[in-house]
Amino acid sequence: MTSGDWQIVWFSARMALGSTLLILPVGVTLAWLLARRRWPGKALVETFVSLPLVLPPVVTGLVLLQLFGLHGPLGRWLHAQFGVEVVFTWKAVVLALGAMSFPLLVLFARAAIEEVNPALEQIARTLGAGEWRVLFTVTLPLARRGILAGVLLAFARALGEFGATIMVAGNIPGRTTTLPVAIYSSVLNGDDAHAWTLAGIATVIAFLALWVGERFLRRRK
Amino acid sequence: MKPMLRADFARKFPAGPVIQVDRLEIAGAGVTVLFGPSGSGKTTILRCLAGLETPDTGAISLGNETWFAGGKNVTRPKDRHIGFVPQDYALFPHLTVGANVGYGLHGRSAAEKAARLAELLGWLGLDGLAARRPAELSGGQQQRVALARAVARRPKLLLLDEPLAALDTPARQRLRGELRRLLRQLDVPTVVVTHDRLEALSLGDDLVVLDAGRIVQRGPVQEVFSRPASLTVAGIVAVETVQPGRVLELENGLATVLVGPARLMALAEDLPPGTTEVFACIRAEDVILSSDAEPHSSPRNRLSAVVRAIVGEGPLTRIELDCGFPLTAVLTKQACAEMALQEGSAVLALVKAPQIHLVPRP
Repeated sequence: MTSGDWQIVWFSARMALGSTLLILPVGVTLAWLLARRRWPGKALVETFVSLPLVLPPVVTGLVLLQLFGLHGPLGRWLHAQFGVEVVFTWKAVVLALGAMSFPLLVLFARAAIEEVNPALEQIARTLGAGEWRVLFTVTLPLARRGILAGVLLAFARALGEFGATIMVAGNIPGRTTTLPVAIYSSVLNGDDAHAWTLAGIATVIAFLALWVGERFLRRRK
Repeated sequence: MKPMLRADFARKFPAGPVIQVDRLEIAGAGVTVLFGPSGSGKTTILRCLAGLETPDTGAISLGNETWFAGGKNVTRPKDRHIGFVPQDYALFPHLTVGANVGYGLHGRSAAEKAARLAELLGWLGLDGLAARRPAELSGGQQQRVALARAVARRPKLLLLDEPLAALDTPARQRLRGELRRLLRQLDVPTVVVTHDRLEALSLGDDLVVLDAGRIVQRGPVQEVFSRPASLTVAGIVAVETVQPGRVLELENGLATVLVGPARLMALAEDLPPGTTEVFACIRAEDVILSSDAEPHSSPRNRLSAVVRAIVGEGPLTRIELDCGFPLTAVLTKQACAEMALQEGSAVLALVKAPQIHLVPRP
């Protein structure tokens, strides 16, 4: 493995971790809202959030590109307000990975929160606990296993993301090239051996993530 | 003086049933039992009092604190300062016994918490269990942990939903008396929901009988059990013998009632004047059996009876008699053995006049 390979692996891992941490608070909040509250437009949001699961990833990427491009509504605003450019930078990678793994996290976290017996939350309220205390001392601790599983899958999904990433972040070596994108371009360049090396690394990382996660969840039981 | 709980509300369900609580007032530190068959709305009423369900109309208040008014839970459950013990106890499975009991003491100093915890665990015989998880406890221990958790912050009102229903029969029998003792010591106004007659009799000071979402009778427990106001209540409080009869004579508050071929003497104080068609209600516990043809005892009603069936019910034996009309008696196993009762035995059934309760028949 070359230092270039390490750079790609390190970059991919950081991007996947960053996007997972970024979507965690938002995803868990949304999961809680979907599991425990009734509000207008809920069904619509539910469907919308799950879209990236079923759409071709390049379509998600295309939408992000349109929204965050310099001429897109969000991209223009970010540039005007903060001087931030998103597309074809590492920020676009985080954005693409986050958007693609968000539904998985929400799906798992929501199921986990729904599994928590509402009677326990009600008892906490009769004992004087406000909604935040109920959330942090009853709901989330009891849903933690499912939420962790969701986090893990979101991370693994982010690590393997290709379609949306290449649309919105491109393939700029050393700046936006993630592991899957590097594998793809190695094959395009006829460097199959390099592609296989990177594929091997991707497999090892994915295996480790799942194995560690499994062990962790087991021990908690 | 404890603040008075006033509840007067209705809760409607889309599928039909309406729970209607008319002027339920609970004062003082006694135990009020909401009693009725399953589906009569007991638990819903309790949950409305706790603020976990919202009635549609009416008002609930404690002292001068409004809890529910104008279709809204004005005071949220967290601010009602109540202790609630649901039927399955709902102990936090991820917390230790100590953390469960101490959950309501959030914000108190560590020293205060520790002192209260030690006091409660000692009082409830849970010493040494503070570090356990609920799953490691017996049913009876879980029940006491739930009670400890509910009373830890000295609630103004204690609500218990079928407190013994989750236990097996031996534990339930043992804990019935114990729970009564604990509730006495607590000195907190308490509302207990139950469908179990023995639980109601052993725990309650006052009884509120519910049927199909409505209060059908209320009063001191003994009084309601021995003097059901209507046939519905008699059925709910399970007065074993309810037989139609006709009042033949009424003199000095004493009625002679023809039930089947038998003439029974009964108190008629509560009977509206002019009533002729009645139900005679007799509790099985009030029927005395004698194998002696001429017993030296006072009961006005002496009925020659034949034993039709003998059914064991724990320490008790239920005797189905035929004395021209079906009559149920209940004896201890020993008494039954001493009398050598068998199906077909002839016995004398004795019932005092005040123990035959007459309910007007529509």
